[in-house]
Amino acid sequence: MKENILISLKDIAVEFEDGHRVLKGINLDIHDEEFVTFLGPSGCGKTTTLRIIGGFAEPTEGDIFFDGKKINGVPPHKRNINTVFQRYALFPHLNVFDNVAFGLSVKKMDKKLIARKVKEMLELVNLSGFENRNINQLSGGQQQRVAIARALVNEPKVLLLDEPLGALDLKLRKDMQTELMRIQKSLKITFIYVTHDQEEALTMSDRVVVMKDGQILQIGTPQDIYNEPVNAFVADFIGESNIIDGVMYEDYEVEFAGQAFKCVDKGFAPNERVDVVIRPEDIIVGDYETSPISGVVESVVFKGVHYEITVDAHGYKWLIHSTLSQEVGALIGMNVKPFDIHIMKKMEVR
Amino acid sequence: MKNSIADNNKSKFQKILGTAPAFPYMAWAIVFIAIPLGLIVYFALTDSAGSFTIDNIARAGEHMSVLFRSIKLAAIATALCVVIAYPLAYIISRKQGFRRNTLVMLCMLPMWMNFLLRTYAWMTILENNGLINRLLMLLGFEPIRMINTQGAVILGMVYNYIPFMILPLYTIMSKIGNDVIEAAQDLGANSLEVIARVVLPLSLPGISSGITMVFVPSVSTFVISKMLGGGTNQLIGDIIDLQFLGNTYNPNLGSAISLVLMVVVLLCMSIMGDTEVETMGGRIR
Repeated sequence: MKENILISLKDIAVEFEDGHRVLKGINLDIHDEEFVTFLGPSGCGKTTTLRIIGGFAEPTEGDIFFDGKKINGVPPHKRNINTVFQRYALFPHLNVFDNVAFGLSVKKMDKKLIARKVKEMLELVNLSGFENRNINQLSGGQQQRVAIARALVNEPKVLLLDEPLGALDLKLRKDMQTELMRIQKSLKITFIYVTHDQEEALTMSDRVVVMKDGQILQIGTPQDIYNEPVNAFVADFIGESNIIDGVMYEDYEVEFAGQAFKCVDKGFAPNERVDVVIRPEDIIVGDYETSPISGVVESVVFKGVHYEITVDAHGYKWLIHSTLSQEVGALIGMNVKPFDIHIMKKMEVR
Repeated sequence: MKNSIADNNKSKFQKILGTAPAFPYMAWAIVFIAIPLGLIVYFALTDSAGSFTIDNIARAGEHMSVLFRSIKLAAIATALCVVIAYPLAYIISRKQGFRRNTLVMLCMLPMWMNFLLRTYAWMTILENNGLINRLLMLLGFEPIRMINTQGAVILGMVYNYIPFMILPLYTIMSKIGNDVIEAAQDLGANSLEVIARVVLPLSLPGISSGITMVFVPSVSTFVISKMLGGGTNQLIGDIIDLQFLGNTYNPNLGSAISLVLMVVVLLCMSIMGDTEVETMGGRIR
């Protein structure tokens, strides 16, 4: 990742014909050779943002800059950007070679050069020897690789990926994640990746852009987003969370679940109502008599590495990840370290 | 072993049972297609007394020039239909929901009106003192002879059969995903290149079925040529018509000409089918 800004979105808004605003006030700078992920639930505007960068949609308001030049209105075929589409969008009438060669052949490149570049690209995505296969003879994972090769062979400055791994099974998805990261590092180009899978976003990205309802909620490194979510929505979307209503008495002291706790946050108004977010793995199970919160174990589910335990404490269902199992129906105590209590401003009601 | 034999018998019986829904059509096809076809062949190869002869086939040769004219006019009409319908079908296929349905309905609308009525309407428009000529004279121009020309016949064919070109084209084009077109744009193709490299190759099956559906009725029509072409632009359909309903009543000759026409059409179609596979490089199935 370099310092210079490659793509810049300024006050982008998109309004559909029916008046529905799908994007509002999007401001974002993307650096050269960066791996940026747009993360959010479906309908949050992440794909629309990607389409604006690709040239398939025009913003109603705002400007988009590429390498310092304004590119509003520049059609897709004149942008030095290529896309890997959600459902691959391979050309069914062409074989693997011709699919990958499409962009170069449109540019009227020399046939021998095309053959060499396609061969190299198929090697990069581990599809050597598949040149003459029909598209419908390929598995989903192989089609995915062809789509990636077809985009990358044009040596774009930016590769857009619209939920490219959504249709693959878990094992294949993991492999392709590693593969994509390797390709991005070795070709040194900017990847802009769209997904609704938080784990994928955290694994692959240099920076994550969390979106909701056409707005950017938070931009940051995966560590930032996970450890310091700006609000309860981000916290909940990035991994499972316990979100409880709380009151901030004063700096470093918060009340929730009927108890006062020490915490590390400050800067709230006295007695401000806040969201308290606690990760399920941060809850320490202890004796009910000595712990500040106590409740009855409702269910225990084995998840492989940990047990997922639900505890009912005066009506609120706590989610706990613990390596130790508990008896269903047992009365247990819960505690949290000050550092693991995340205080968030209440989201404005829109 | 016993079980597997029983299974085999069962599966055979089930196979027959599985094809049962096709029986009504099979019966229909035998009674109304296969048997009449056999009768045509029989009539074509016999004289009025019922004894075998190839005289009729030989005499059908006398009408070769009419047959060629029919093929020529039908081919021109078909080509025009492709040129007009292709961009239209493409535009409709890129629309969504209400607009798409409305446009499709507008294309089909003329078909809901009687075929004869529509052709009569064209007569009154094209006549020497019809709508267009009266308008021309009103504006001080010389009237143009339009009715009873080959052009009028071609117009009639295009007007009446163009929905049969639009529909298959539209159907196949609406199956071409927007993402495939966007992918081509993304890879640097401008609008023309998108059409030439993606839309055209993917819509070839639609073109070929459209051509069949327009060319076959055009080449054998007799109403359009009779009403818009006058006596001088007879088509092979008119000649066949005469053998059954005219003064020269001769069903044997009529059957023979029909048979020749059928063979010629089949030949045309198979030639077209071959070129289609070549242009696609045999990659699409």
